[in-house]
Amino acid sequence: MNELISFVISKLNYWVYIALMMIGLYAMIAKNNLVKKIIGMNILQTAVILFFISIGAKTDATIPIIMHGHAGERHAVHAADFINPLPHVLMLTAIVVAVATLGVALALVIKLYQQYQTLEEDEILDQLRNE
Amino acid sequence: MKILKIVIVLLFGSILIYCTLDFPPWGDPRAPASLHVSPRYIEHTMEETSVPNIVTAVLADYRGYDTMFETIVIFTAAIACIFLLRVLRRREPERLMYRHIPTGLTLRIERGFGPPPDSKDFERIDLMWVPYDLIIKTGSRLIVPCSQIFALYVIAHGHHSPGGGFQGGVILGASIILFAISTNLRSSFTRMSEKLAVLLCGLGVFIYAGTGALCIFLGSNYLDYSALSLVLGVDTVTARSHGILMVETGVGISVMAVMVLLYYNLASAGRHDEGL
Amino acid sequence: MIWQIELIVLLIVLICGIGALAVKDLLGAAILFGAYSFMMCLLWAIMGAVDVAFTEASVGAGISTVLFVAAVFRTSRKTKD
Repeated sequence: MNELISFVISKLNYWVYIALMMIGLYAMIAKNNLVKKIIGMNILQTAVILFFISIGAKTDATIPIIMHGHAGERHAVHAADFINPLPHVLMLTAIVVAVATLGVALALVIKLYQQYQTLEEDEILDQLRNE
Repeated sequence: MKILKIVIVLLFGSILIYCTLDFPPWGDPRAPASLHVSPRYIEHTMEETSVPNIVTAVLADYRGYDTMFETIVIFTAAIACIFLLRVLRRREPERLMYRHIPTGLTLRIERGFGPPPDSKDFERIDLMWVPYDLIIKTGSRLIVPCSQIFALYVIAHGHHSPGGGFQGGVILGASIILFAISTNLRSSFTRMSEKLAVLLCGLGVFIYAGTGALCIFLGSNYLDYSALSLVLGVDTVTARSHGILMVETGVGISVMAVMVLLYYNLASAGRHDEGL
Repeated sequence: MIWQIELIVLLIVLICGIGALAVKDLLGAAILFGAYSFMMCLLWAIMGAVDVAFTEASVGAGISTVLFVAAVFRTSRKTKD
């Protein structure tokens, strides 16, 4: 029983991030309004970025900026003292891509509203069927 | 139909939870993600590039090719937004609103009539007009120049503190958007026109790719900044640090222009006459 | 990383995320989305990813919210969903 509790506690963080991802995915699939779908897409993207950043965390380690004295003084740098910087780099690119897709998606929403005068998906499908 | 969607989401979630059963515990220093390449980056950054911020060094030097394509992606997003929304052929608008400044009178001119004579007493205002607010205008007049100086600091100090090209470029773009929101969109067009924004967008990508091409002309690989020591006259380690700075400047310029273009096109729905 | 602070911020993130999807006013959804972005930024700062937190604070809580509000201004604000 103790083993089960310690197992759950060590994995609980990952499960919360997966729950956040599933909230975003549910919003993308099941909501009718287009702007809500875009919000769901962004929630999914930021939850995936959170998942990646949590992989690189280390206990008792500091941020990945090397403390340096005046020029010329170099300490030995151990990899176990610093948080893994590689997921941070990849996730910076992911945030840039997220904001780029957000801009194009909102441009599409404005164009659709100018054409169909509504933002609900079922009303747009009705208008398409009746044309 | 809704039941099916909930079932799909739950199924997908349970597959992901089943996959996390094999994961290392949270925060383990011996996790496989931290064992292969990243110790090399952490231990050799200072002696190979002399940049203390490991994330900036990896982003702009070790993985500089990825960052160049990221800049191209965000440039493409701005171009796509322009293609989707921009209307150049202007229909005559339904009504225009003008305000007589000495008396505070507003004129509403319907379609078919011309605008009032071009004296300096009339100014054009937006259809959804908000009254002049002293607090917002004074506050933004104080914030905009200070935030631009801060953004330049973030770009230039990205070697030693969190920051870098992308963050500084976003703050620069946000300062211009703040100016466009507090006064109206038309006065922002006189200061930063669409032509200048598109030009800056391309200039940023050109600086990045051009630095890489310069390294080829000097005899080394693409984006290998140690070749810049021939042009700049310093040793290879400092040349890499300066190469990172040049590249971050390109990214910052491009990102600023992209944010401004996205806001201009979304707030005025492509017509570029009235806005938020 | 004090686990109590992390737990509270994670709970606020979940509440903001569900709230942004459940309100019937699109402007309120945009503002709640800005709050969700900022709480995510705090979570990453707690985990030690300072560059990513800086980027998310400027992009998510700044530019994203402004773009959403501009798009809601140009389309409709009410939704039945």
